[in-house]
Amino acid sequence: MRLRQGQYSFLPDLSDDDIRVQAQYAIDKGWAVSVEYTDDPHPRNSFWEMWGHPMFDTPDAAALVYEVNECRKAHGAKYIRVLAFDASAGWESIRMSFIVNRPAEEPGFRLVRQEGEGRMIRYTIESYATREPEGARYA
Amino acid sequence: MLDKNMTVTDAKKRYSAGVMKYAQMGYWEPDYQPKDTDVIALFRITPQDGVDEVEAAAAVAGESSTATWTVVWTDRLTACDKYRAKAYRVDPVPNAPGEFFAYIAYDLDLFEPGSIANLTASIIGNVFGFKPLKALRLEDMRLPVAYVKTFQGPATGIVVERERLNCYGRPLLGATVKPKLGLSGRNYGRVVYEALKGGLDFTKDDENINSQPFMHWRDRFLYCMEAVSRASAATGEVKGTYLNITAGTMEEMYARAEFAKSLGSVVVMIDLVIGYTAIQSMAKWARDNDMILHLHRAGHSTYTRQRSHGVSFRVIAKWMRLAGVDHLHAGTVVGKLEGDPATTKGYYDIFREEYNPMALENGIFFDQDWASLNKMMPVASGGIHAGQMHQLLTYLGEDVVLQFGGGTIGHPQGIEAGATANRVALEAMVFARNAGRDIWNEGEDILRAAARTCTPLKQALDTWKDVTFDYASTDTPDYAPTPEVSF
Repeated sequence: MRLRQGQYSFLPDLSDDDIRVQAQYAIDKGWAVSVEYTDDPHPRNSFWEMWGHPMFDTPDAAALVYEVNECRKAHGAKYIRVLAFDASAGWESIRMSFIVNRPAEEPGFRLVRQEGEGRMIRYTIESYATREPEGARYA
Repeated sequence: MLDKNMTVTDAKKRYSAGVMKYAQMGYWEPDYQPKDTDVIALFRITPQDGVDEVEAAAAVAGESSTATWTVVWTDRLTACDKYRAKAYRVDPVPNAPGEFFAYIAYDLDLFEPGSIANLTASIIGNVFGFKPLKALRLEDMRLPVAYVKTFQGPATGIVVERERLNCYGRPLLGATVKPKLGLSGRNYGRVVYEALKGGLDFTKDDENINSQPFMHWRDRFLYCMEAVSRASAATGEVKGTYLNITAGTMEEMYARAEFAKSLGSVVVMIDLVIGYTAIQSMAKWARDNDMILHLHRAGHSTYTRQRSHGVSFRVIAKWMRLAGVDHLHAGTVVGKLEGDPATTKGYYDIFREEYNPMALENGIFFDQDWASLNKMMPVASGGIHAGQMHQLLTYLGEDVVLQFGGGTIGHPQGIEAGATANRVALEAMVFARNAGRDIWNEGEDILRAAARTCTPLKQALDTWKDVTFDYASTDTPDYAPTPEVSF
């Protein structure tokens, strides 16, 4: 499967220049860009690992692309995403999020059904990758 | 002889039994300066032939506050000057002979805190049937911060909705299941599964899907949530389907809401026709239960569409933001339903902004401070398709749910392909906009380029390329973009 989270997961994989252009859009809006990675891509995993702090004072998106590539060197077999944070009043949350790196194999998710009384079924989603301990997932 | 438009200040004359002009009774005060805490209503009034517009405005003020048709001595037991609404300004409507804009101020103490029912019982109560008027329309309201703060506001709000859905930076995508009536629960769930797996974030019950012989509500909820869960596993995304919990009683609506919650739904849906108090109750329930609350504006066109009589949708939008819904349909501009670009922008601003400055060109007559009430997500639905993506993004921005019902389910290669076409078109257009492309002029090229690697999008563009709904709107702003009107 292909993990469909983020703004551009239905488009072909982004080039480094694509990433730069999108990050520059965010920076020009006054948002702080940041890099995060994970080996636990559950749709409700809010907290991927931070690759450093959000870049609050960086005017040039080339610096973000540099950090993406540094992160790839260390975590290239995992998911990496770029985020943009907007600190303005009334928002104070994420404005953009898109995946910039994927594992070579994406095994996807198992739907676990727990049959209950009547016709009630509780559904749980479990990433196949997270059956392995952290650090041992995705090759 | 008493001046017909002057308040009678001599108490003996003012309260002698009989009938008196509303303006003379104190409902017309041209020198009045509205207080920051006043509720202000702007009405479009069309007096009967021979009825003076000032007297008509005073009558509206009177009938929507303290007055009755005759003088009553019991006024004198109250601080009646305070409780009288005050018409303070009457302007002719540009290019509409016989119509006038009447500004009326109401003291805050006339209204119960936190009750749309109480507000509306005054403002759109008896007064709309008042015989001296041919027609009456509530165009806009200014709601003071002191009053706004007595309401919960949207249960979730745009920001938290995005956080819960883990979806940022692009419009959300939805589709209403079609045919809207007649599918069995199992067949209905099939549509939900295919659409969500293909790339939509939401599917939606239609307004009149409740619990009918062909599909009772529990069947629908069970099959839909199976579909939502399977689609979520297939894509790794949070998915939702607006389970319509509209029912005949509050007790039944609560039961359906609880069942939706127990199945793990992120969203429930209600119809406008359940009434303001029921909406406020469900908004409270939604806040208490971490649920997004979708409102379908079923029925609104019976009173919002005609310019001469009724209530403007911008007023309904303000009331719904107070009442606390998260999603509300607000027009598409380019689709099959009513709405010109300028008026629709006014609605969207009411939904999504912290502060609305007066913008006559968008039909917004007052500055409105929302006092940090959550924002509502507008929903654009009705006759839109992937080929319009550049127009939709330009007109509506990114905090919006774009709902392609026919534009998903009617795809020649099926529902999943229809959903994928819409999602690819959307992502390509957002990407291009962020990259600095002129999407308004280059939109078709951008879509064609994206279609080169996405056959479903190519098929969608070929199928619907010539579909537009280019009709004149009935409800457009009265003022030109650069009004020469002083306020």
